[in-house]
Amino acid sequence: MAEFALPKNSQITGGKTWPKPAGATEVREFRVYRWNPDDGKNPSVDTYYVDVNDCGPMVLDGLIWIKNHIDPSLTFRRSCREGVCGSCAMNIDGQNTLACTRSMHDVKDGAVKINPLPHQPVVKDLVPDLTNFYAQYASIEPWLKTTTPTPQKEWKQTHEDREKLDGLYECILCACCSTSCPSYWWNSERYLGPAALLQATRWVKDSRDEATGERLDNLEDPFRLYRCHTIMNCAKACPKGLNPAEAIAELKLKLVERQI
Amino acid sequence: MSNARAKSMRTPLGRVRNLGAAHSGTGDFWRQRITAVAMTLLIVPVVVVVIMLLGRNQAGAAQILGSLPIALIMLLFVVASCWHMKIGMQVIIEDYVHTESLKLIAIMANNFFAVTVAIASIYALIKLSTGV
Repeated sequence: MAEFALPKNSQITGGKTWPKPAGATEVREFRVYRWNPDDGKNPSVDTYYVDVNDCGPMVLDGLIWIKNHIDPSLTFRRSCREGVCGSCAMNIDGQNTLACTRSMHDVKDGAVKINPLPHQPVVKDLVPDLTNFYAQYASIEPWLKTTTPTPQKEWKQTHEDREKLDGLYECILCACCSTSCPSYWWNSERYLGPAALLQATRWVKDSRDEATGERLDNLEDPFRLYRCHTIMNCAKACPKGLNPAEAIAELKLKLVERQI
Repeated sequence: MSNARAKSMRTPLGRVRNLGAAHSGTGDFWRQRITAVAMTLLIVPVVVVVIMLLGRNQAGAAQILGSLPIALIMLLFVVASCWHMKIGMQVIIEDYVHTESLKLIAIMANNFFAVTVAIASIYALIKLSTGV
């Protein structure tokens, strides 16, 4: 059966409260999920106080400040700090989003609560193991597939056909959508999830691609595609404002279209 | 989930591709929509018929259900709702039951239950409407 409770060794117990920074006039409380694979202990939630006058406004700025000034062992992914790379995806105040584009001032009511992306194996602290997620992306073969000999110049596409890719190509594969989807939580081994399916739609809709039918063949499956029940958490979570649920609906429509 | 991954030495892509696509599912998806639309259209007449049947004895009920349009509405509603119920329940089983043997048994039981309910309802309707 689907598991609705965390296994015993994943249940959160206690946590350390770190002292407030000396001399800080304005602090913000951060409660951060901690888990170290090496110490054999259960995960915990540590409490930190960030000097908001000494760091930038974003949640990622706060985390970097903690790492630099309080606890160098705090582990998280980050790179571009401007919502392009998708590395710093995490669950902030109950919602999957990017730490670099979420202002800590937008988190209302007390502490900024930070957890790793839900329902993924944790490597350490806020770093989830996204191996399965990336393999699912690879499985939709996200590249142009053609049989016609490659033209001397580029593959041509009308402006109208190019516009059909808007709302799809912007995906940065941060995994906020897939890990917010209950259907993905229960069946991530077989359901491809919103991110991979949005990317699949991007290639199915590309006028230059010659493998549309083959792509649809590989998606037509009760688990790979039809686990989507239009819950819409994906669209709510997407930090880029995309709508994976709509993209998945388009896939379903195309599959119906070729049958009737 | 993570335990299953840890126990296997298969590559992540191999695990995702697994047995390949079933090349099915669109039929059930489409039928679920058809039956949903059918039930939406039929629910008002069905409720009206049920209200008409309230408090009547068997002879009175037989008289109402003896009308061909009314019998047809009821029969169509039974078929659409049982079909919809079967597909919907199967989706829930597939979502939450992950033990293969239990899943197969549950899907079989679901099919038997839906067919039994449908045939029993159709039998009752035909018996009442024809007065046999």
